[in-house]
Amino acid sequence: MNLAATLRLALAALIRNKTRSMLTMLGIVIGVAAVLVTVAIGVGARTSVQQSINSLGSNLIVVQPGSVTMTGARSGLGGASTLTPDDGLAIAKLPGVAAVSPVASFRTQAVAGDNNWQTSVNGVAPTYTFIRSWPLAAGRFFNENDVASAAKVAVLGQTVVSQLFPNGDSPIGQTIIVKGAPFTVIGTLQALGQSGLGQDQDDTVLIPYTSAMQRLTGLTTVNVLMISAASADEIDPVTARVTALLEQRHRIVPPQTDDFAVRNLQAIAQTASQTGTIMELLLAGVAAVSLIVGGIGIMNIMLVSVTERTREIGLRMAVGARGASILRQFLAESVVLATIGGVIGVAAGGIGTLAVAALTHWPTTIPFEWILASVGFSAMVGIFFGYYPARQAAQLNPIEALRFE
Amino acid sequence: MAAVVEVTGLRKEYAMGSDRVYALRGVDLTVQPGEFVAVMGPSGSGKSTFMHLIGLLDTPTEGTYRLEGQEVSHLSTDTRADIRGRRLGFVFQAYNLLPRTSALENVELPMVYAGVSEAERRRLALEKLALVGVPQLAAHHPNQMSGGQQQRVAIARALVNDPGLILADEPTGALDTKSSQDVMRLFARLNDEQGMTIMLVTHEPDVAAYARRIVTFRDGVIIGDAMNDRRAA
Repeated sequence: MNLAATLRLALAALIRNKTRSMLTMLGIVIGVAAVLVTVAIGVGARTSVQQSINSLGSNLIVVQPGSVTMTGARSGLGGASTLTPDDGLAIAKLPGVAAVSPVASFRTQAVAGDNNWQTSVNGVAPTYTFIRSWPLAAGRFFNENDVASAAKVAVLGQTVVSQLFPNGDSPIGQTIIVKGAPFTVIGTLQALGQSGLGQDQDDTVLIPYTSAMQRLTGLTTVNVLMISAASADEIDPVTARVTALLEQRHRIVPPQTDDFAVRNLQAIAQTASQTGTIMELLLAGVAAVSLIVGGIGIMNIMLVSVTERTREIGLRMAVGARGASILRQFLAESVVLATIGGVIGVAAGGIGTLAVAALTHWPTTIPFEWILASVGFSAMVGIFFGYYPARQAAQLNPIEALRFE
Repeated sequence: MAAVVEVTGLRKEYAMGSDRVYALRGVDLTVQPGEFVAVMGPSGSGKSTFMHLIGLLDTPTEGTYRLEGQEVSHLSTDTRADIRGRRLGFVFQAYNLLPRTSALENVELPMVYAGVSEAERRRLALEKLALVGVPQLAAHHPNQMSGGQQQRVAIARALVNDPGLILADEPTGALDTKSSQDVMRLFARLNDEQGMTIMLVTHEPDVAAYARRIVTFRDGVIIGDAMNDRRAA
């Protein structure tokens, strides 16, 4: 008998016992679906974390003022306990540092003609767009001269553009009022979308940090220093150097605690990704166990089927079936059973993945090779767990099989 | 023309625990083409064992067996399966049709293993169903047929590879008198008209009466071998 005929025969035998066949393949269906949803969640979570990191900038290190500086008397005594633009300039001279930008931010009302909009105003350095990997949409960004002269120039995010200039006019060259001071718009930024935390990153006005501090807030300290390391490998060394430099500049000696915190997002992302990997392995383990349980279910039913069809096997042998033909026939049944289970499992996994994507808004995808692997693995489960019952069938003595009641 | 069956000194022993059971103690028998032989004897006489050996479902402990001139007593399992499918036809007491499978497909079954093409299988199966007088049952499943009809389909299945020998093991054992007569007349007709060589096991004299020759077994040996002068019709 050729392969197509054997498979057709196997399919016919399975259709004869529809309910039983479907219940038997349920184990495989659930196993495969579980594997695929697990993989999809893993891939989705990883992509999502990676996207958040990429949207914040490449090789980013962030220095924030430590919480100890906000409370108690020590910060007052220290005098230099918060971050200043000078700290940033000193950091920029460190090896491995590609760029530094202070960020002095506050929320305020921006006004342009009849329109006004509350937004986040960020005083930054010209290096900011490089650090954030944030390209311009139009116009130019401010330069060192603008910083030196505390120029009243602004670059707008797309949300601010659409709120302040709703009729579609180019904002370049227009004037906006920020805290009573007129700023000339010299450029606009490309849309960046939501951050990993769900904030609208385009809802911002960028001005030189000198303008922000000297003209608008009167503060000498900044909220954050953003640093871009020269390469991913430099992130950890730079983090250490920045910590050492700032401890020196802020005259911090043990047992005093640092009045700042240096964080790099890569470390956070790695931790998140490691946690994800462990979860993924756990889930994959559970899924694999369920596939094996499904395989045992198949073996069980195939053994029942061999017993039930003992006389059929005897008859087939009497009319000329070799043991190998009988083996093939029963093996084909378990493989077809397991493979159909695998295919249904892929479909169920796909639906499950869509459900997860809808719930989490993660970019979940099932890699194609995983679909192939799941179906292939199901077929192998069918062969592995179907072999023993099929061999039992093939080794029956035709005389006894024909007499079997 | 070679004899269909030619056995000499056939012995079969089984181990039953520590005992040895002698099912056949040396049987010689020759069956020529076109013969219709009834094998009779009480339970335990060895007639079933003999039929299993003739049907190549088992191998003898000792002795030779030539089927249509070919020595077949000690062949491999696979070769015996091939010969069973191509040169022997089996009819059983319990019909042994595959359930939930049409009569046509049941009749096709031996040809599936003999490697006959699908179209040819269909043609031959329909032809044999017509030969045994049930062409209208081709699409019926066994549970839609009477016992007599099922046995006719089973006979069509036995005929389908044009075997040299039909082996029937108590073919009327599960049938009422009327159906038994019909089935036996069918065997007689196949023997008369087609020249089919038939060996059938029975313990009923009424059934054996349809055969041309009656061989009687007792305690593992043949104790009687006579032509049947008064054939039933």
